[in-house]
Amino acid sequence: MQQVFKRPASLMDVQTHFCPGCQHGTIHRIVAEALDEHGLRDRTIGCASVGCSVFLYSYFDIDVVESPHGRASAVATGVKRARPESIVFTYQGDGDLAAIGTSEIIHAANRGEDITVIFVNNTTYGMTGGQMAPTTLVGQKTSTTPYGRNQSKDGAPLKMAELLSNLDGVAFSARVAVNDPRNLIDARKQISRAFRYQAEGKGFSFIEALSACPTNWGMNPLQANARVGAELIPYFPVGVFKNVHNL
Amino acid sequence: MQARKFVKGNEAVAMAAIEAGCRHYFGYPITPQSDIPEYLAREFPALGGEFIQAESEIASINMLLGASACGVRAMTSSSGPGISLKQEGISYMAGSELPGVIVDICRQGPGLGGIDASQADYFQATRGGGHGGYRIIVLAPASVQEMYDLTMLAFDLSDIYRMPAMVFADAVIGQMKEAIIPNPRPAATLPAKDWVVRGRKEGTEQRVVKSLKLGDGEMEAFHWQMHERYHELQEKESRWEEFETADATLVVTAFGSAARIAKSAVMAAREAGMKVGLLRPITLFPFPAKAYHDLTGRCRKILDIELSTGQMIDDVRLSVQPGTEIDFYGRPPGAGSLPTPEEIFEQIKNALLIFTNLSPFTRF
Repeated sequence: MQQVFKRPASLMDVQTHFCPGCQHGTIHRIVAEALDEHGLRDRTIGCASVGCSVFLYSYFDIDVVESPHGRASAVATGVKRARPESIVFTYQGDGDLAAIGTSEIIHAANRGEDITVIFVNNTTYGMTGGQMAPTTLVGQKTSTTPYGRNQSKDGAPLKMAELLSNLDGVAFSARVAVNDPRNLIDARKQISRAFRYQAEGKGFSFIEALSACPTNWGMNPLQANARVGAELIPYFPVGVFKNVHNL
Repeated sequence: MQARKFVKGNEAVAMAAIEAGCRHYFGYPITPQSDIPEYLAREFPALGGEFIQAESEIASINMLLGASACGVRAMTSSSGPGISLKQEGISYMAGSELPGVIVDICRQGPGLGGIDASQADYFQATRGGGHGGYRIIVLAPASVQEMYDLTMLAFDLSDIYRMPAMVFADAVIGQMKEAIIPNPRPAATLPAKDWVVRGRKEGTEQRVVKSLKLGDGEMEAFHWQMHERYHELQEKESRWEEFETADATLVVTAFGSAARIAKSAVMAAREAGMKVGLLRPITLFPFPAKAYHDLTGRCRKILDIELSTGQMIDDVRLSVQPGTEIDFYGRPPGAGSLPTPEEIFEQIKNALLIFTNLSPFTRF
């Protein structure tokens, strides 16, 4: 009998700690599929960040370096410069990459480090309990914006995929979502493409993946998934913002 | 025999790093240490080295963390405000048991302070500096030759004990020029780096470099393990210099640039017939406690001299035999506040005049 669906080899056969309806698991899976697809697992080094994504090493069957909060792209720079033959990716949340780590991501991108950055945007700090993130939508209630994010006081949500696509050092930048089959299929395609960029030594690739956080959004998994389509995508459009080599 | 070279202290650090096999440097400009990145930016391309001028001190220490996790010898350098910014990464490196060399060419503080020499960052260096109750190896050169030799030693000790090592000098030692012999890298027995990330090949174990320890008892066990390692360092790696201490009634103690000045004063005192010696710690962590303990059985008094209001004196007090009298003379950092040998000679004369068991602070 032919097996038509299986766990990617780059992912361990374990249960995750993620909440029901959280989309980290799905994003983990498609990243692992991309590593399998391009045969990269045995030379891949992951850079975990701080937040819900810190347990990268518990789920990915690869070598992992834990990075201080926000510094994953600086750590990845050190890893890639020390082992240029490796495939190096970071996996960072929105508080990590777009708040405390803004400097590190902009400069790693601007240097055109030959790494892949997976940026999970769920518009909140998940692990610390649902505080305002740099990507929290205007009006969105969080534990530190109990009356909703106020643009005149808190600023507007950062659009990292668009922002980084303006830097000369960035070869590929895309935003994806995994909220419906069509977006999921496209997310697989873009993540695969991002790793292809690195495998072919063609420069810095960036994926922003929109993700649901039912627990901190105060929603059930279906409601949270629906919110991705109804509220996130209108502000954070999915699509490819830069693809310099047309891979 | 190696030809002698006339170089600045900072250049000696960079030369030694190259000789020690360091080919990865990540830094950020700050006075008075910028000669180090400038030297390596110039020399690394021909050697196949990786030099990055990072966007910040925070980024540079994290690049060091990443490179070190791959097993290469890597270095960063900075001063005062920049070293403060690096503390986050140094704490993560300590928690992840990563080697790596951090050069601190001290300037004044707090805050922006000033660019002259200072020893007021002794606590920051020797007490770990960041969060979590760790220590790092701290070596204190007092000459350009020692800048060269101790930088190479820092790489070895860091690899052997799997913890960050700091070369702790100041603007005087970093900026002055002396003739040195650029010795070849000494032979050292180094442990295999069987923990580095390298890409998990089929049939090999997964490797993870991390500081998060959530298992029951896991963190407590790690702290005791660090404690043991610090104890081992103290036993095996304490280093110091003694000068004219055999018959000394008074032993002057100082490290780094203060020790150079103190040594001139001790020589003048000897010429004047006074029984004075010098004890200069070379390792500040581990602190050479045994040297103080042994000496205070023989001499009557210690005179501690620092370019601060007194920080190393805490370690001196903890190391001497009970009842030992300790005098203190400090010149806190500031433009024009570097003491002269004559000034210290006066302090030596004063210290020899009165022997009481008063607190050293009662002198002020």
